[in-house]
Amino acid sequence: MEEIQARLLGNSKKGRLEKLGKTISFICIAIIVLVVASILYFVTSKGLSTFFIDGISFWDFLTGSVWNPGNVGENGQPLVGALPMITGSFLVTLLSAALATPFAIGAAIFMTEISPTTGKRILQPVVELLVGIPSVVYGFIGLTVIVPFFRSIFGGTGFGIISATLVLFVMILPTVTSMAVDALNAVPRYYREASLAMGATRWQTIYKVVLRSATPGLLTAVVFGMARAFGEALAVQMVIGNAALMPTDLITPASTLTSILTMGMGNTVMGTLENNVLWSLALILMVMALFFNILTRWIGKKGAIKK
Amino acid sequence: MKLKNSRLMLIIAFGFVLTACGPVVEQESITVVGSTALQPLVEAAGEQFGSENAGKFINVQGGGSGTGLSQIAADAVDIGNSDIFAEEKEGIDASKLVDHRVAVVGITPIVTPGTGVTDISLEELNKIFRGEITNWSELGGKDLTITVLNRASGSGTRATFEQWVLEEGQKSIITQEQESSGTVRQIVASTPGTISYVGFSYVNEDVVALSINGVEPTVENVKTNDWVIWSYEHMYTNGEPTGLTKDFLEYILSDEVQSTLIEAVGYIPTSQMEVERDVEGNRVPVE
Repeated sequence: MEEIQARLLGNSKKGRLEKLGKTISFICIAIIVLVVASILYFVTSKGLSTFFIDGISFWDFLTGSVWNPGNVGENGQPLVGALPMITGSFLVTLLSAALATPFAIGAAIFMTEISPTTGKRILQPVVELLVGIPSVVYGFIGLTVIVPFFRSIFGGTGFGIISATLVLFVMILPTVTSMAVDALNAVPRYYREASLAMGATRWQTIYKVVLRSATPGLLTAVVFGMARAFGEALAVQMVIGNAALMPTDLITPASTLTSILTMGMGNTVMGTLENNVLWSLALILMVMALFFNILTRWIGKKGAIKK
Repeated sequence: MKLKNSRLMLIIAFGFVLTACGPVVEQESITVVGSTALQPLVEAAGEQFGSENAGKFINVQGGGSGTGLSQIAADAVDIGNSDIFAEEKEGIDASKLVDHRVAVVGITPIVTPGTGVTDISLEELNKIFRGEITNWSELGGKDLTITVLNRASGSGTRATFEQWVLEEGQKSIITQEQESSGTVRQIVASTPGTISYVGFSYVNEDVVALSINGVEPTVENVKTNDWVIWSYEHMYTNGEPTGLTKDFLEYILSDEVQSTLIEAVGYIPTSQMEVERDVEGNRVPVE
């Protein structure tokens, strides 16, 4: 009797394994949380030191349009206006997302509703292949194909927002497509069956039932694509021209937060103003990443169909 | 059975973690960080040094002159590479650093073939980079808009170029920038009417190197200082070098490396210079 009791209440092998597993998972999670927290703290503290230590006005930083951190302007303040880069980042992000969305949703509809077999067999591997291509390859193709192409059409140098948009369009397309496919696949089968049973055509079903009930998922897909476009550095840096000028049109050289950030980081000394303002740019990027994250959660929370 | 399997997995997993820290006995290594212009040379020399001295490793990383200087000033690495004098970089306490000038690199303006211009005066070059001359026809070339391409601000190559082309207090126009010499050459080669600048070793048949005031960008002209746009390649140590760091620096400065490798990768040995320059760029007679 006591033996059984001891075996039931004492530590069995499985019980120990359970505890071990729990401990390992907990340690891993703790490390992740620690890493994320320290990244947040590091970027924030470095990014804010521009304003608190170097005494740059936050408003001047956000709205100034001259970027030349090593030099001071007429008012004696360093020239650290980030508006050209902020504008550039938002323009390429919004334009590439606007361009990619119809293609991605079209491909997703084809893969889930119109021809699932061809979609699974051919289109899906192709889309997944696109994800695996390193961004430097996209950048190089942009530099050697897209930039000369736009140069021959519009004149000028070919570097600019339009080239960056096109490169980013190709880069975010697989992300948006595969997430859109998931969203459409998540629509319950009986929605479609009910719609068809009531005499709706296939296109009516897709348009009025499937797309509508998958809207939150599709929006999430687009926002994810935008987050990727916003944070992409290497490929954009190669094709946008990296001129810290306010973009006046889509075909003159411009810059994004990431392109200026990655170009300058290696050439500045830690702790100097030139370095701190780069961290401030990084802070803007991080805040935007958080914003995109919250946005997807918010969209997800709004739930599937109302009524 | 399951239990055994998962234990085995754990043991294997930990085994991987442990072997990652590998056998470090009897091995020595140093880390060299900085200037991308100097990186190919140090990498080549490091490999050669490693093959001649078993168990000694030279880790070479790029990151730019600013990184090299800040990392060595913080004593985080063994050697910091830079194209510019430590005194020229803001925020660096140069008094603690020891300068080892391992080579000289000449920098030349390059343009896209077909501009119709092959020789230019220093003043004209100055006006191009300040945005006062905007068309090649103003220089006797074709009617073609000049596109100015700079290296990233803070780049050692750019600092050297601007030191000799721009005057005190003058600034380059805000224009396109690229991070690496390789990309600069690629863009200059393919974009009509573009002007930029690279180290001599990056010049090839895809681009046209301009001569300035009739002086051609050649190694010989750099040695006599007739071609003024050149800079030292510095390898800084924090305090006097010791141990492997010292050995490696001596190796790079040895006749063996200076007379073969340095020229093979497109630099000029410091020993062959007929002039010497100080931080301000003033000429100092060679002792």
